[in-house]
Amino acid sequence: MTATDFRAVFLDELVRVAPDIDPDTVGDDDHIQEDLELDSMDVLNLVAALHERLGVDIPERDYPEIATPALAAAYLARHATA
Amino acid sequence: MPSLGADMEAGKLVEWLVKPGDTVHRGDVVAVVETQKGAIEIEIFQDGTVTELLAELGRELPVGAPLATVLAEGEAPPATTAAPPRAPEPEPEPEPEPAEDRAPAMAPPIPPPAPETPRTPPARPAAPAPPVRTGARPASPAARQLAEKLGVDIAALKGSGPGGAILLADVEHAAPGKPKTSASPMEEMRKAIAAAMTRAKRTIPHFYLSETIDVDPAIAFLETRNEGCPPAERILLGALFVRAATLAAAKVKTMNGHYLEDRGYVPAQVVNPGVAIALRGGGLVAPALMDAGAMTLEQTMAGMRDLVTRARAGRLRGSEMTEGTITISSLGDTGAEAMTGVIFPPQVALVGIGAPHLRPWVVEGSVVPRHVVTLTMSADHRVSDGRQVARFIAEFEDLMQRPEDL
Repeated sequence: MTATDFRAVFLDELVRVAPDIDPDTVGDDDHIQEDLELDSMDVLNLVAALHERLGVDIPERDYPEIATPALAAAYLARHATA
Repeated sequence: MPSLGADMEAGKLVEWLVKPGDTVHRGDVVAVVETQKGAIEIEIFQDGTVTELLAELGRELPVGAPLATVLAEGEAPPATTAAPPRAPEPEPEPEPEPAEDRAPAMAPPIPPPAPETPRTPPARPAAPAPPVRTGARPASPAARQLAEKLGVDIAALKGSGPGGAILLADVEHAAPGKPKTSASPMEEMRKAIAAAMTRAKRTIPHFYLSETIDVDPAIAFLETRNEGCPPAERILLGALFVRAATLAAAKVKTMNGHYLEDRGYVPAQVVNPGVAIALRGGGLVAPALMDAGAMTLEQTMAGMRDLVTRARAGRLRGSEMTEGTITISSLGDTGAEAMTGVIFPPQVALVGIGAPHLRPWVVEGSVVPRHVVTLTMSADHRVSDGRQVARFIAEFEDLMQRPEDL
Protein backbone atom coordinates (compact mmCIF):
# COMPACT_ATOMS: atom_id res chain seq x y z
CA MET A 1 0.00 0.00 0.00
CA THR A 2 1.16 3.49 -0.84
CA ALA A 3 0.78 6.60 1.29
CA THR A 4 -2.16 7.54 -0.95
CA ASP A 5 -3.83 4.23 -0.14
CA PHE A 6 -3.36 4.80 3.58
CA ARG A 7 -4.81 8.26 3.26
CA ALA A 8 -7.83 6.77 1.48
CA VAL A 9 -8.31 4.13 4.19
CA PHE A 10 -8.00 6.77 6.90
CA LEU A 11 -10.61 8.99 5.23
CA ASP A 12 -12.87 6.03 4.66
CA GLU A 13 -12.87 5.14 8.37
CA LEU A 14 -13.08 8.81 9.36
CA VAL A 15 -16.27 9.21 7.35
CA ARG A 16 -17.65 6.02 8.83
CA VAL A 17 -17.16 7.43 12.33
CA ALA A 18 -18.51 10.85 11.31
CA PRO A 19 -20.92 10.23 8.42
CA ASP A 20 -21.74 13.91 8.09
CA ILE A 21 -18.24 14.77 6.88
CA ASP A 22 -17.86 15.01 3.11
CA PRO A 23 -14.51 13.34 2.39
CA ASP A 24 -13.96 15.54 -0.67
CA THR A 25 -13.84 18.61 1.54
CA VAL A 26 -11.24 17.25 3.96
CA GLY A 27 -7.83 18.86 3.50
CA ASP A 28 -4.55 17.08 4.12
CA ASP A 29 -3.77 19.31 7.06
CA ASP A 30 -7.22 19.49 8.64
CA HIS A 31 -7.00 18.63 12.32
CA ILE A 32 -9.51 15.91 13.15
CA GLN A 33 -10.51 17.51 16.44
CA GLU A 34 -10.00 21.22 15.90
CA ASP A 35 -11.16 21.43 12.27
CA LEU A 36 -13.34 18.36 11.81
CA GLU A 37 -14.83 18.50 15.31
CA LEU A 38 -14.32 14.89 16.30
CA ASP A 39 -14.66 14.40 20.04
CA SER A 40 -12.56 12.03 22.11
CA MET A 41 -15.09 9.21 21.66
CA ASP A 42 -14.97 9.67 17.86
CA VAL A 43 -11.17 9.55 17.92
CA LEU A 44 -11.30 6.32 19.88
CA ASN A 45 -13.81 4.87 17.41
CA LEU A 46 -11.53 5.89 14.54
CA VAL A 47 -8.47 4.33 16.18
CA ALA A 48 -10.41 1.15 16.89
CA ALA A 49 -11.57 0.97 13.27
CA LEU A 50 -8.04 1.47 11.96
CA HIS A 51 -6.82 -1.23 14.31
CA GLU A 52 -9.41 -3.63 13.00
CA ARG A 53 -8.80 -2.82 9.36
CA LEU A 54 -5.03 -2.49 9.23
CA GLY A 55 -3.89 -4.23 12.38
CA VAL A 56 -2.16 -1.03 13.49
CA ASP A 57 -2.63 -0.50 17.22
CA ILE A 58 -2.21 3.21 17.84
CA PRO A 59 -1.42 3.86 21.51
CA GLU A 60 -2.91 6.96 23.17
CA ARG A 61 0.42 8.77 23.27
CA ASP A 62 0.60 8.55 19.47
CA TYR A 63 -2.78 10.18 18.86
CA PRO A 64 -1.11 13.50 17.90
CA GLU A 65 0.60 11.63 15.05
CA ILE A 66 -2.73 10.85 13.38
CA ALA A 67 -4.22 14.28 13.95
CA THR A 68 -4.42 15.13 10.23
CA PRO A 69 -4.86 12.97 7.10
CA ALA A 70 -1.28 13.76 6.03
CA LEU A 71 0.19 12.81 9.40
CA ALA A 72 -1.99 9.73 9.66
CA ALA A 73 -1.09 8.44 6.18
CA ALA A 74 2.60 8.67 7.04
CA TYR A 75 2.10 7.08 10.47
CA LEU A 76 0.04 4.20 9.12
CA ALA A 77 2.52 3.57 6.30
CA ARG A 78 5.30 3.34 8.91
CA HIS A 79 3.44 0.98 11.23
CA ALA A 80 1.34 -1.24 9.00
CA THR A 81 2.73 -4.74 8.83
CA ALA A 82 3.59 -5.45 5.24
CA MET B 1 -46.71 8.83 16.85
CA PRO B 2 -44.90 8.85 20.14
CA SER B 3 -43.58 12.01 21.72
CA LEU B 4 -39.80 11.88 21.47
CA GLY B 5 -39.09 14.98 23.47
CA ALA B 6 -40.73 17.49 25.72
CA ASP B 7 -41.60 19.83 22.90
CA MET B 8 -42.15 17.54 19.98
CA GLU B 9 -45.43 18.21 18.18
CA ALA B 10 -45.14 16.06 15.09
CA GLY B 11 -42.87 13.63 13.34
CA LYS B 12 -42.53 12.23 9.85
CA LEU B 13 -42.62 8.47 9.39
CA VAL B 14 -39.73 7.62 7.04
CA GLU B 15 -39.36 3.86 7.31
CA TRP B 16 -41.30 0.82 8.44
CA LEU B 17 -39.18 -2.01 9.83
CA VAL B 18 -42.15 -4.34 10.26
CA LYS B 19 -44.98 -5.48 8.01
CA PRO B 20 -48.44 -6.85 8.68
CA GLY B 21 -48.20 -10.36 10.07
CA ASP B 22 -44.93 -9.74 11.89
CA THR B 23 -44.66 -10.73 15.51
CA VAL B 24 -43.26 -7.95 17.69
CA HIS B 25 -42.00 -7.81 21.24
CA ARG B 26 -41.89 -4.94 23.64
CA GLY B 27 -38.77 -2.89 22.89
CA ASP B 28 -38.42 -3.97 19.25
CA VAL B 29 -37.56 -1.21 16.84
CA VAL B 30 -40.46 -1.05 14.39
CA ALA B 31 -40.14 2.22 12.50
CA VAL B 32 -37.98 5.26 11.90
CA VAL B 33 -39.35 8.74 12.43
CA GLU B 34 -37.73 11.95 11.28
CA THR B 35 -37.90 14.62 13.99
CA GLN B 36 -36.33 17.98 14.55
CA LYS B 37 -33.54 16.10 16.30
CA GLY B 38 -32.87 13.82 13.35
CA ALA B 39 -34.02 10.28 12.57
CA ILE B 40 -35.13 8.33 15.62
CA GLU B 41 -35.90 4.62 15.84
CA ILE B 42 -39.29 3.94 17.35
CA GLU B 43 -39.77 1.03 19.72
CA ILE B 44 -43.00 -0.77 20.36
CA PHE B 45 -44.39 -0.92 23.87
CA GLN B 46 -46.23 -4.22 23.76
CA ASP B 47 -45.97 -7.78 22.52
CA GLY B 48 -48.23 -8.84 19.69
CA THR B 49 -48.76 -9.15 15.98
CA VAL B 50 -48.81 -6.26 13.56
CA THR B 51 -52.12 -6.43 11.72
CA GLU B 52 -52.16 -3.17 9.88
CA LEU B 53 -49.86 -0.27 9.10
CA LEU B 54 -51.98 2.87 9.32
CA ALA B 55 -49.47 5.63 8.72
CA GLU B 56 -48.17 6.50 5.29
CA LEU B 57 -44.47 6.94 4.73
CA GLY B 58 -43.36 10.51 4.26
CA ARG B 59 -46.33 12.01 6.00
CA GLU B 60 -45.90 14.36 8.92
CA LEU B 61 -48.13 13.22 11.78
CA PRO B 62 -49.02 14.88 15.06
CA VAL B 63 -47.92 13.27 18.30
CA GLY B 64 -50.62 10.78 19.26
CA ALA B 65 -51.67 9.83 15.74
CA PRO B 66 -51.94 6.06 15.29
CA LEU B 67 -49.15 4.45 13.28
CA ALA B 68 -50.18 0.81 13.26
CA THR B 69 -52.57 -1.69 14.76
CA VAL B 70 -51.00 -4.36 16.91
CA LEU B 71 -53.01 -7.13 18.49
CA ALA B 72 -51.91 -8.92 21.60
CA GLU B 73 -51.96 -12.71 21.55
CA GLY B 74 -55.55 -13.94 21.58
CA GLU B 75 -56.95 -10.49 20.99
CA ALA B 76 -59.72 -10.24 18.43
CA PRO B 77 -59.20 -7.78 15.60
CA PRO B 78 -61.23 -4.61 16.02
CA ALA B 79 -64.60 -4.74 14.27
CA THR B 80 -63.75 -1.79 12.12
CA THR B 81 -60.37 -0.31 11.53
CA ALA B 82 -59.99 3.45 11.36
CA ALA B 83 -63.09 4.40 9.47
CA PRO B 84 -62.60 6.10 6.13
CA PRO B 85 -64.53 9.33 5.71
CA ARG B 86 -67.99 8.51 4.48
CA ALA B 87 -70.90 10.47 3.13
CA PRO B 88 -72.79 12.35 5.79
CA GLU B 89 -75.77 10.35 6.87
CA PRO B 90 -77.56 10.43 10.16
CA GLU B 91 -76.23 7.56 12.14
CA PRO B 92 -75.40 6.96 15.73
CA GLU B 93 -71.95 7.92 16.95
CA PRO B 94 -69.52 5.23 15.88
CA GLU B 95 -69.52 2.81 18.74
CA PRO B 96 -66.48 3.55 20.80
CA GLU B 97 -64.58 0.38 21.43
CA PRO B 98 -63.66 -0.35 25.00
CA ALA B 99 -60.25 1.18 25.49
CA GLU B 100 -58.58 -2.01 26.63
CA ASP B 101 -60.07 -3.96 23.75
CA ARG B 102 -58.44 -2.04 21.01
CA ALA B 103 -54.70 -2.29 20.88
CA PRO B 104 -53.37 1.20 21.28
CA ALA B 105 -50.58 0.49 18.83
CA MET B 106 -47.75 2.87 19.55
CA ALA B 107 -49.70 5.89 20.59
CA PRO B 108 -51.66 5.17 23.69
CA PRO B 109 -52.41 8.63 25.06
CA ILE B 110 -54.45 10.20 22.27
CA PRO B 111 -57.26 8.46 20.41
CA PRO B 112 -57.19 8.54 16.64
CA PRO B 113 -58.70 11.71 15.25
CA ALA B 114 -62.39 11.32 14.48
CA PRO B 115 -63.36 11.00 10.84
CA GLU B 116 -63.65 14.41 9.31
CA THR B 117 -67.33 14.15 8.53
CA PRO B 118 -69.29 17.27 9.39
CA ARG B 119 -72.09 16.26 11.67
CA THR B 120 -74.76 18.32 9.99
CA PRO B 121 -78.04 18.14 11.83
CA PRO B 122 -80.42 16.28 9.53
CA ALA B 123 -83.03 19.02 9.93
CA ARG B 124 -81.11 21.44 7.72
CA PRO B 125 -79.95 19.38 4.80
CA ALA B 126 -80.48 22.04 2.21
CA ALA B 127 -78.65 24.82 3.96
CA PRO B 128 -75.27 25.84 2.61
CA ALA B 129 -72.63 23.70 4.23
CA PRO B 130 -71.73 25.28 7.52
CA PRO B 131 -68.07 25.73 8.30
CA VAL B 132 -66.56 22.40 9.18
CA ARG B 133 -66.66 22.09 12.93
CA THR B 134 -63.53 20.58 14.23
CA GLY B 135 -64.32 20.35 17.88
CA ALA B 136 -63.58 23.59 19.61
CA ARG B 137 -60.59 24.33 17.41
CA PRO B 138 -60.85 27.67 15.62
CA ALA B 139 -59.15 28.03 12.28
CA SER B 140 -58.85 30.86 9.80
CA PRO B 141 -60.97 30.50 6.63
CA ALA B 142 -57.86 30.47 4.45
CA ALA B 143 -56.40 27.71 6.57
CA ARG B 144 -59.58 25.65 6.27
CA GLN B 145 -59.66 26.09 2.52
CA LEU B 146 -56.06 25.05 2.09
CA ALA B 147 -56.48 22.14 4.48
CA GLU B 148 -59.36 20.87 2.40
CA LYS B 149 -57.40 21.28 -0.81
CA LEU B 150 -54.36 19.46 0.53
CA GLY B 151 -56.25 16.82 2.44
CA VAL B 152 -54.83 17.92 5.78
CA ASP B 153 -56.76 16.87 8.87
CA ILE B 154 -57.30 20.22 10.51
CA ALA B 155 -58.45 18.68 13.80
CA ALA B 156 -55.05 17.13 14.20
CA LEU B 157 -53.17 20.40 13.83
CA LYS B 158 -51.84 22.56 16.58
CA GLY B 159 -52.69 26.20 15.98
CA SER B 160 -50.17 28.97 16.42
CA GLY B 161 -52.71 31.81 16.15
CA PRO B 162 -54.54 33.62 18.95
CA GLY B 163 -56.28 31.17 21.26
CA GLY B 164 -54.65 28.27 19.45
CA ALA B 165 -56.35 29.16 16.17
CA ILE B 166 -55.03 27.31 13.16
CA LEU B 167 -53.42 29.62 10.65
CA LEU B 168 -52.49 29.18 7.01
CA ALA B 169 -48.88 28.56 7.98
CA ASP B 170 -49.88 25.71 10.30
CA VAL B 171 -51.62 23.95 7.45
CA GLU B 172 -48.72 24.54 5.07
CA HIS B 173 -46.40 23.16 7.71
CA ALA B 174 -48.42 19.96 8.02
CA ALA B 175 -49.16 19.43 4.34
CA PRO B 176 -48.23 15.87 3.40
CA GLY B 177 -45.38 15.46 1.02
CA LYS B 178 -44.68 19.14 1.08
CA PRO B 179 -41.28 19.86 2.52
CA LYS B 180 -41.25 22.62 5.04
CA THR B 181 -39.88 25.67 3.37
CA SER B 182 -37.38 26.57 6.09
CA ALA B 183 -36.26 23.08 6.85
CA SER B 184 -32.52 22.71 6.96
CA PRO B 185 -31.87 19.96 9.52
CA MET B 186 -29.67 22.35 11.47
CA GLU B 187 -32.41 24.95 11.72
CA GLU B 188 -34.87 22.31 12.85
CA MET B 189 -32.44 21.11 15.50
CA ARG B 190 -31.95 24.71 16.65
CA LYS B 191 -35.71 25.13 16.97
CA ALA B 192 -36.01 21.97 19.03
CA ILE B 193 -33.25 23.09 21.37
CA ALA B 194 -34.75 26.57 21.60
CA ALA B 195 -38.14 25.15 22.57
CA ALA B 196 -36.78 22.77 25.20
CA MET B 197 -34.38 25.27 26.74
CA THR B 198 -36.90 28.10 26.76
CA ARG B 199 -39.34 25.83 28.53
CA ALA B 200 -36.63 24.83 31.01
CA LYS B 201 -35.73 28.40 31.85
CA ARG B 202 -39.36 29.46 32.04
CA THR B 203 -40.58 26.65 34.28
CA ILE B 204 -37.62 25.26 36.23
CA PRO B 205 -36.30 27.34 39.14
CA HIS B 206 -32.66 26.46 38.56
CA PHE B 207 -30.01 26.75 41.24
CA TYR B 208 -26.36 25.79 41.04
CA LEU B 209 -23.55 24.36 43.16
CA SER B 210 -19.95 23.97 42.02
CA GLU B 211 -16.89 22.10 43.15
CA THR B 212 -13.39 21.77 41.73
CA ILE B 213 -12.24 18.16 41.74
CA ASP B 214 -8.77 16.63 41.44
CA VAL B 215 -8.79 14.17 38.54
CA ASP B 216 -5.13 13.12 38.65
CA PRO B 217 -6.02 9.83 40.37
CA ALA B 218 -8.49 9.11 37.56
CA ILE B 219 -6.04 10.08 34.82
CA ALA B 220 -3.30 7.94 36.36
CA PHE B 221 -5.72 5.03 36.74
CA LEU B 222 -6.68 5.25 33.05
CA GLU B 223 -3.08 5.56 31.86
CA THR B 224 -2.17 2.36 33.63
CA ARG B 225 -5.35 0.58 32.62
CA ASN B 226 -5.25 1.58 28.94
CA GLU B 227 -1.54 0.89 28.49
CA GLY B 228 -1.22 -2.10 26.20
CA CYS B 229 -4.97 -2.33 25.70
CA PRO B 230 -6.27 -2.58 22.14
CA PRO B 231 -8.28 0.53 21.20
CA ALA B 232 -11.63 -1.20 21.51
CA GLU B 233 -10.98 -1.86 25.21
CA ARG B 234 -9.72 1.57 26.19
CA ILE B 235 -11.66 3.71 28.61
CA LEU B 236 -11.98 7.49 28.48
CA LEU B 237 -12.22 9.94 31.36
CA GLY B 238 -15.75 10.75 30.22
CA ALA B 239 -16.85 7.19 31.05
CA LEU B 240 -15.54 7.61 34.61
CA PHE B 241 -17.59 10.80 34.92
CA VAL B 242 -20.74 9.07 33.70
CA ARG B 243 -20.12 6.11 35.98
CA ALA B 244 -19.51 8.33 39.03
CA ALA B 245 -22.57 10.46 38.26
CA THR B 246 -24.69 7.31 37.82
CA LEU B 247 -23.66 5.92 41.20
CA ALA B 248 -24.16 9.31 42.87
CA ALA B 249 -27.60 9.69 41.26
CA ALA B 250 -28.61 6.26 42.53
CA LYS B 251 -27.89 7.48 46.07
CA VAL B 252 -29.37 10.95 45.87
CA LYS B 253 -32.92 10.31 44.66
CA THR B 254 -33.87 13.97 44.28
CA MET B 255 -31.40 14.33 41.40
CA ASN B 256 -32.72 11.40 39.38
CA GLY B 257 -36.23 11.52 37.97
CA HIS B 258 -38.83 13.60 36.21
CA TYR B 259 -40.88 16.59 37.31
CA LEU B 260 -44.33 16.31 35.73
CA GLU B 261 -46.76 19.21 35.71
CA ASP B 262 -49.65 17.07 36.93
CA ARG B 263 -47.89 14.77 39.37
CA GLY B 264 -44.96 16.76 40.64
CA TYR B 265 -41.67 15.00 41.19
CA VAL B 266 -41.48 11.32 40.28
CA PRO B 267 -38.14 9.78 41.27
CA ALA B 268 -36.87 7.20 38.78
CA GLN B 269 -36.35 3.56 39.75
CA VAL B 270 -33.24 3.24 37.58
CA VAL B 271 -30.55 5.66 36.48
CA ASN B 272 -30.62 6.46 32.75
CA PRO B 273 -27.95 9.13 32.41
CA GLY B 274 -28.39 11.31 29.34
CA VAL B 275 -25.01 11.83 27.72
CA ALA B 276 -24.76 15.17 25.95
CA ILE B 277 -23.19 14.78 22.49
CA ALA B 278 -22.32 17.84 20.42
CA LEU B 279 -23.08 17.47 16.75
CA ARG B 280 -20.87 18.80 14.01
CA GLY B 281 -21.82 22.24 12.82
CA GLY B 282 -24.02 22.86 15.86
CA GLY B 283 -26.74 21.15 17.77
CA LEU B 284 -26.78 18.75 20.64
CA VAL B 285 -28.47 15.52 21.61
CA ALA B 286 -28.43 13.84 25.01
CA PRO B 287 -29.50 10.21 24.51
CA ALA B 288 -29.84 8.11 27.63
CA LEU B 289 -27.63 5.19 28.56
CA MET B 290 -30.43 2.91 29.70
CA ASP B 291 -30.10 1.45 33.21
CA ALA B 292 -26.47 2.45 33.54
CA GLY B 293 -26.66 1.66 37.26
CA ALA B 294 -26.52 -2.04 36.38
CA MET B 295 -23.43 -1.64 34.19
CA THR B 296 -19.74 -2.08 34.86
CA LEU B 297 -17.29 0.65 33.89
CA GLU B 298 -16.46 -1.32 30.73
CA GLN B 299 -20.12 -1.62 29.80
CA THR B 300 -20.64 2.07 30.48
CA MET B 301 -17.80 2.91 28.11
CA ALA B 302 -19.08 0.52 25.42
CA GLY B 303 -22.57 1.97 25.80
CA MET B 304 -21.29 5.52 25.42
CA ARG B 305 -19.31 4.61 22.29
CA ASP B 306 -22.40 3.05 20.84
CA LEU B 307 -24.51 6.13 21.66
CA VAL B 308 -22.00 8.48 20.03
CA THR B 309 -21.76 6.27 16.94
CA ARG B 310 -25.53 6.09 16.58
CA ALA B 311 -26.00 9.79 17.30
CA ARG B 312 -23.67 10.55 14.39
CA ALA B 313 -25.44 8.07 12.11
CA GLY B 314 -28.93 9.27 13.07
CA ARG B 315 -29.98 6.00 14.67
CA LEU B 316 -30.96 6.82 18.24
CA ARG B 317 -34.03 5.17 19.75
CA GLY B 318 -37.18 6.77 21.02
CA SER B 319 -36.67 5.48 24.56
CA GLU B 320 -33.18 6.97 24.63
CA MET B 321 -34.60 10.35 23.70
CA THR B 322 -37.30 10.40 26.38
CA GLU B 323 -36.28 8.25 29.32
CA GLY B 324 -33.15 10.02 30.50
CA THR B 325 -33.31 10.69 34.25
CA ILE B 326 -30.34 13.08 34.66
CA THR B 327 -28.02 14.65 32.09
CA ILE B 328 -24.23 14.67 32.09
CA SER B 329 -22.57 17.25 29.91
CA SER B 330 -18.82 17.08 29.79
CA LEU B 331 -16.77 19.51 27.73
CA GLY B 332 -14.15 16.92 26.83
CA ASP B 333 -10.36 17.10 26.84
CA THR B 334 -9.88 20.70 25.90
CA GLY B 335 -11.91 23.83 26.25
CA ALA B 336 -13.48 25.93 28.95
CA GLU B 337 -13.02 25.07 32.59
CA ALA B 338 -16.63 25.30 33.72
CA MET B 339 -20.15 25.21 32.41
CA THR B 340 -23.42 26.08 34.09
CA GLY B 341 -25.97 24.09 32.14
CA VAL B 342 -29.71 24.26 31.56
CA ILE B 343 -31.74 21.29 32.82
CA PHE B 344 -33.37 19.16 30.14
CA PRO B 345 -37.05 18.92 31.07
CA PRO B 346 -38.70 16.91 32.52
CA GLN B 347 -35.43 16.01 34.28
CA VAL B 348 -34.45 17.82 37.47
CA ALA B 349 -30.66 17.96 37.38
CA LEU B 350 -27.75 18.40 35.01
CA VAL B 351 -24.11 17.68 35.76
CA GLY B 352 -21.84 20.12 33.90
CA ILE B 353 -18.16 19.15 33.80
CA GLY B 354 -15.48 21.44 32.39
CA ALA B 355 -12.32 20.34 30.62
CA PRO B 356 -9.41 19.27 32.84
CA HIS B 357 -6.95 22.09 33.57
CA LEU B 358 -3.54 21.90 35.22
CA ARG B 359 -3.69 24.03 38.38
CA PRO B 360 -1.74 24.52 41.59
CA TRP B 361 -3.43 22.31 44.17
CA VAL B 362 -2.86 21.69 47.86
CA VAL B 363 -2.26 18.05 48.71
CA GLU B 364 -1.32 17.19 52.29
CA GLY B 365 -0.12 20.69 53.01
CA SER B 366 1.97 21.17 49.86
CA VAL B 367 1.14 22.99 46.67
CA VAL B 368 1.48 20.60 43.73
CA PRO B 369 0.38 20.73 40.07
CA ARG B 370 -2.78 18.75 39.54
CA HIS B 371 -5.34 18.29 36.77
CA VAL B 372 -8.66 19.48 38.08
CA VAL B 373 -12.16 19.74 36.66
CA THR B 374 -14.91 22.04 37.80
CA LEU B 375 -18.22 20.28 38.27
CA THR B 376 -21.32 22.45 38.31
CA MET B 377 -24.65 20.91 39.23
CA SER B 378 -27.79 22.60 37.93
CA ALA B 379 -30.75 21.49 40.02
CA ASP B 380 -34.49 22.11 40.20
CA HIS B 381 -35.50 23.97 43.36
CA ARG B 382 -39.02 22.54 43.19
CA VAL B 383 -37.44 19.18 43.96
CA SER B 384 -34.22 19.68 45.88
CA ASP B 385 -32.19 22.08 48.01
CA GLY B 386 -28.51 22.80 48.32
CA ARG B 387 -27.98 20.08 50.88
CA GLN B 388 -28.97 17.27 48.50
CA VAL B 389 -26.94 18.72 45.64
CA ALA B 390 -23.93 19.02 47.93
CA ARG B 391 -24.38 15.37 48.84
CA PHE B 392 -24.42 14.38 45.18
CA ILE B 393 -21.23 16.36 44.56
CA ALA B 394 -19.48 14.85 47.60
CA GLU B 395 -20.43 11.38 46.44
CA PHE B 396 -19.15 12.09 42.91
CA GLU B 397 -15.90 13.58 44.16
CA ASP B 398 -15.28 10.67 46.50
CA LEU B 399 -15.76 8.17 43.67
CA MET B 400 -13.37 10.07 41.40
CA GLN B 401 -10.67 9.73 44.08
CA ARG B 402 -10.94 5.92 43.95
CA PRO B 403 -11.55 5.19 40.27
CA GLU B 404 -10.72 1.50 40.71
CA ASP B 405 -14.07 1.16 42.52
CA LEU B 406 -16.10 2.59 39.65
